[in-house]
Amino acid sequence: MIHVFAFYLFAVLTIASGAITILARNPVHSVLWLILAFFNAAGLMVLVGAEFIAMLLVIVYVGAVAVLFLFVVMMLDIDFAELRAGFIKNFPLGMLIALVLLAEIVLGIGAYKAGAMHLGTPDGTAITAPGVSNIAAIGQLLYGRYLFLFEASGLVLLVAMIGAIVLTHRQRPDSRGQNIARQNARRPDEATINMKPEIGKGMTL
Amino acid sequence: MTAFFQSLGMSFEWAWTIATICGILLIALPLMLGVAMIIYADRKIWAAMALRRGPNVVGPFGLLQSFADGLKVFLQETIIPSAANKGIFLIAPIVTFTVALLAWAVIPFNSGAVLADINVGLLYVLAISSLGVYGTVMAGWASNSKYPFFSAMRASAQMISYEVSIGFILICVVLWANSFNLNDIVLAQKGAGLGFVNGFWFNILLFPMWVMFLISGMAETGRAPFDLTEAESELVAGFQTEYSSMSFALYWLGEYANVLLMCALNATLFFGGWLPPFEIPFLYWIPGFVWLLLKILFFFFIFSWVKATVPRYRYDQLMRLGWKVFLPVSLGFVVLVSGWLMFTRYGA
Repeated sequence: MIHVFAFYLFAVLTIASGAITILARNPVHSVLWLILAFFNAAGLMVLVGAEFIAMLLVIVYVGAVAVLFLFVVMMLDIDFAELRAGFIKNFPLGMLIALVLLAEIVLGIGAYKAGAMHLGTPDGTAITAPGVSNIAAIGQLLYGRYLFLFEASGLVLLVAMIGAIVLTHRQRPDSRGQNIARQNARRPDEATINMKPEIGKGMTL
Repeated sequence: MTAFFQSLGMSFEWAWTIATICGILLIALPLMLGVAMIIYADRKIWAAMALRRGPNVVGPFGLLQSFADGLKVFLQETIIPSAANKGIFLIAPIVTFTVALLAWAVIPFNSGAVLADINVGLLYVLAISSLGVYGTVMAGWASNSKYPFFSAMRASAQMISYEVSIGFILICVVLWANSFNLNDIVLAQKGAGLGFVNGFWFNILLFPMWVMFLISGMAETGRAPFDLTEAESELVAGFQTEYSSMSFALYWLGEYANVLLMCALNATLFFGGWLPPFEIPFLYWIPGFVWLLLKILFFFFIFSWVKATVPRYRYDQLMRLGWKVFLPVSLGFVVLVSGWLMFTRYGA
């Protein structure tokens, strides 16, 4: 009883907050609704027994990606009139994209129902054996059977990271960076000089 | 507890629901009382280090000071700035406070005495602590005011930076304990130090991790010396600037609940949680939650001590410490710990 209730609660909240993400006028509100959608999706993951994926969803998407997203959106100077100005012009393109996405979903569900692939079968045979925890099962697959694919995806991420750094990094030769080791090694007797200038002579440092 | 309610003749679902609600109340109510008393303790420790008396007027030794403050803010008017984004402005302190309570669900208070005994307990803690930043960011944005906004930006950068190294530190502990479940992690620490000391801190590979975890914990909870989110010399009161009355009090309570959580995590992950500090049979006569409480108080004293003595970091120093010192060192220790375990525990 309680899991049916929980499923409908999470499912309705996921869809509703996803819809409001699109409909909200204020982009910051949109991001916050998106976070709620992520969170409820994590709840759904827990319900199907994928607690590891659920926690990762919260840690990665809610904890890191959405924070940066919010960070950027908050700092945008948004003119709402300008946002709505191109609505009619871009409407056909938007509808086209929506139709393509809808067709993909319909195709995907149709293929799944036809039972051509046996990845996650509807009768639940893909669920791991009881007693094996999520983490152990995923670990055995990732670091055993799919080791090379896993490492390759790591390489792809590395390339993306280096690319981002190369694109945004600029050398500034005139900026004087801190040398922390030198600062820490500095002692008061090096930093101050005690001098006794003679009267009327002045001094040079 | 579910079994007890079932023995009263309830169906499993009702028994589970009532047992869970009782468990939540059993954790949340003492925690609230504890937060009130710990604010008093914090002020007393701080005052003692500054050679002052601290709160000493309300009640015996000033013990009721926090309750008097609570009553005061409760009776004050809640002021909402007219330019604020009202909904988010009001939700933000509730988010902070709720998130501060949520993570306590997986802290074991004794053998098996835990509200949610889940396999991914430590990941849950990490997930919940990553939510903590939202209360601050939402408050900073919704206030529609300069200083809170600066504070929100600082908070989001600061918390993300230190969460990365906290994640790596937790991985080291998980590798050694061979479990994500907090109760199993506590049990793995039984006799971890020469068969006599209960706790991972005695381990030479994990001791530096504990030091880094303590410091990262301070940065994560925004305590001094990392309290740049509410640096009063630059940002008035940071994200709390526009808050008043109960919404301000919720931030206050949430912050201390978070600090207590960090202390509890320190105790659970590195100092043996509810186990007594040494492996002596008669120490087990004292119930586990007393040991956990004593350890929490010990760590809270360290937090107050640091707050009273260490000057605030500059923002670039904070970022440097997080990214250039803690991140590489903790990443290196993940490799070191897994390599060591590979050669000793799994190699043979």
